[in-house]
Amino acid sequence: MICIDIEKKIKTYQGQQVLKVSGEFATGSIVNIHGPSGAGKTTFLKIVAGFIQPERGNIVVNNSVWLDTDSKISLSPQKRMVGFVFQDYALFPNMTVKEHLKYATADNVWIKRLLEIGKLETLTTHKPLYLSGGQQQRLAILRALATKPQLLLMDEPFSALDPENKTALINQLKLVFNELGTTVFMVSHNPQELDELVAGAVNSSALFIK
Amino acid sequence: MDFAPIWLTLKLACITTLLLLAIGLPVAWWLSKGRSFFKIIIEAVITMPLVLPPSVLGFYLLLAFSPQHGVGKWLQQIFNIQFVFSFQGLVLASVIYSMPFMLGPIKSALQQLPVSLSQASYSLGKSRWQTFVRVLLPNIKPSLLTAVVLTFAHTLGEFGVVLMIGGNIPNVTRVASIAVYDSVEQMDYHAANVYSFILFAITFVLVTAVFIFNKYQLKSPLE
Repeated sequence: MICIDIEKKIKTYQGQQVLKVSGEFATGSIVNIHGPSGAGKTTFLKIVAGFIQPERGNIVVNNSVWLDTDSKISLSPQKRMVGFVFQDYALFPNMTVKEHLKYATADNVWIKRLLEIGKLETLTTHKPLYLSGGQQQRLAILRALATKPQLLLMDEPFSALDPENKTALINQLKLVFNELGTTVFMVSHNPQELDELVAGAVNSSALFIK
Repeated sequence: MDFAPIWLTLKLACITTLLLLAIGLPVAWWLSKGRSFFKIIIEAVITMPLVLPPSVLGFYLLLAFSPQHGVGKWLQQIFNIQFVFSFQGLVLASVIYSMPFMLGPIKSALQQLPVSLSQASYSLGKSRWQTFVRVLLPNIKPSLLTAVVLTFAHTLGEFGVVLMIGGNIPNVTRVASIAVYDSVEQMDYHAANVYSFILFAITFVLVTAVFIFNKYQLKSPLE
């Protein structure tokens, strides 16, 4: 179970607002995070990952306290080790496809499987500069999965993929999520990719950020 | 023809650049992260040698490290180190004088890297140090090279500061730029020309090499 209850002041084009999010999510569920632009969806994901500190709140993941502002507990991002797919991919320009995955894990069998999932087996020696937008996005997803995270946070993760590649990747990812028992928080504006990801999932829910 | 000033200059530039690289990397990293009033003051002090007359800096260093009083006296008595009219004094002055040339490019480059690069690395369980060495540093290589070469070239061209704190002692503090001035004073235009040409050639080759390397680095091979 993942329990979240946070408050964070954010600056928007309408002035300062308070981002308030709370909810309980079953382990292994797929959570769709939606809401208008600028509402704080990315900020919420970054708070969960530990990159941004909220003014107040609690985050408990599978009985482990990640954040408790009253008790001044806040685990570092290194200890939370969420999988994070950034909207801008945040790929390392100096590393090849394979080096990205090797930087994250020493498990070569897992790396081989990830490369197959992302259909990047023939591009292992390529740096991000030489990959297409879709290939870069797939690499960002694979890198986030490389550590086998219990919680995967994805910010618009399929926006650069064509429908065919997207469906194939989503089907593969669903298998991985089931195997690892990964809980997924995904920001997406596309109902179709969401339906595909949620179809057959044990648990799914939606979180509206306004 | 006495080439000692050239060797002394190259030695001074090498030592200064290495020292500044060791000092500059952590300081630039620290300055690139967030803003505070304290950081602004530190940055202003570090940047001042860019606009301050070198003789002013040299004058204050001369006062500060004079063996007759203050810090200079203390260093002389406790450690038997003398910064005035010595090679180590030149190194100290050069480190202070060339610091903005090392810090500026590195700090700007670190600031321009998207913050998500560090965050991605942290989420993979990597420490700040691992992130700095494996992710940040390799991605600022062109700026790092620019910083190293500018620092080296700038140290080659120092005059006012080294003259104030080091004077003109052959084989100790008589660097090439001072040798040029001294040769002209003695009407030895041939020697002045040789020293000047060597400095000119080294600087030209260094700066051109940086431009070529950085152009190659920044150009996408797909273009």
